[in-house]
Amino acid sequence: MTIQDMVDILKARVLLGEDKLDTPVYTACCSDLMSDVLAFVDEKTVLITGLSNPHVVRTSEMLDLKCLVFARGKVPGPDILESAAEQGLVVISTKATAFTACGLLYEAGLRGVPVPMEWNTEDA
Amino acid sequence: MDALIQNTYPVKAADYTSAGRASADIKRRLKQLGVSGDVLRRVAVASYEVELNLVIHSEGGELELAVFPDRVQLVSSDVGPGIPDLSLAMKEGWSTANDEARSLGFGAGMGLPNMKRNADDFAIESEVGKGTVITMGFRLA
Ligand SMILES: Nc1ncnc2c1ncn2[C@@H]1O[C@H](COP(=O)(O)OP(=O)(O)O)[C@@H](O)[C@H]1O
Ligand SMILES: [Mg+2]
Repeated sequence: MTIQDMVDILKARVLLGEDKLDTPVYTACCSDLMSDVLAFVDEKTVLITGLSNPHVVRTSEMLDLKCLVFARGKVPGPDILESAAEQGLVVISTKATAFTACGLLYEAGLRGVPVPMEWNTEDA
Repeated sequence: MDALIQNTYPVKAADYTSAGRASADIKRRLKQLGVSGDVLRRVAVASYEVELNLVIHSEGGELELAVFPDRVQLVSSDVGPGIPDLSLAMKEGWSTANDEARSLGFGAGMGLPNMKRNADDFAIESEVGKGTVITMGFRLA
């Protein structure tokens, strides 16, 4: 799907990146823990989060994410949007909860960032 | 070997708003030099985690970037408090981060293990009462 499809599915508001809505997306992740996102995301993907602070945008910048989705109708402050604009990030906001947003997108074919599902012997 | 770029970024303790500026600049400079893809992402992630640790856990310090034709080196050094048990600190999930750091999405205890995973070489030295030095090297293809 494209970011435009995500916008339609989530009835989202586009806060930034109106010109990049035709960007294709294949995977997404959902977290409020930026350290966790930094630890397992290794591709240009979409982040769905309920957290709105400058570090969400910084984390997106470090990982070159394609699109940031704020759940529960969160709209970040102008300083946060400004730094997102500087890096050309697409930012959208949906009224849906993070859970519902993920469910709707999954149903429409979007998949999670691949991580191994098998337990290792070292996992006590 | 002479460095193509060498730059030192002072990092203040508990300055949560500016945290990440140094790493953003480091990423920008590397990109300008033509570093891209996997290496650029790994340097950026490790740099951001180590910079946040300076802000969250240290009493202040600096991040030093040196770029050579075949490698990128990042050195984080601070003036304290030092880490009492390094093997514990390196464990995934171990964290002494305060509520402020946690409310920003950090303090999951993933930073140090993630730096180690992302860097090609990783070394940490710490002395309680003196400080911590972390040296990371990244090979350029
Ligand atoms: N520069 C530092 N100075 C003092 N303690 C540190 C420093 N960096 C890391 N630590 C200690 O190591 C722990 C683990 O660090 P890390 O893996 O980055 O997790 P987190 O930052 O989420 O707590 C920290 O909680 C802290 O106790
Ligand atoms: Mg950390």
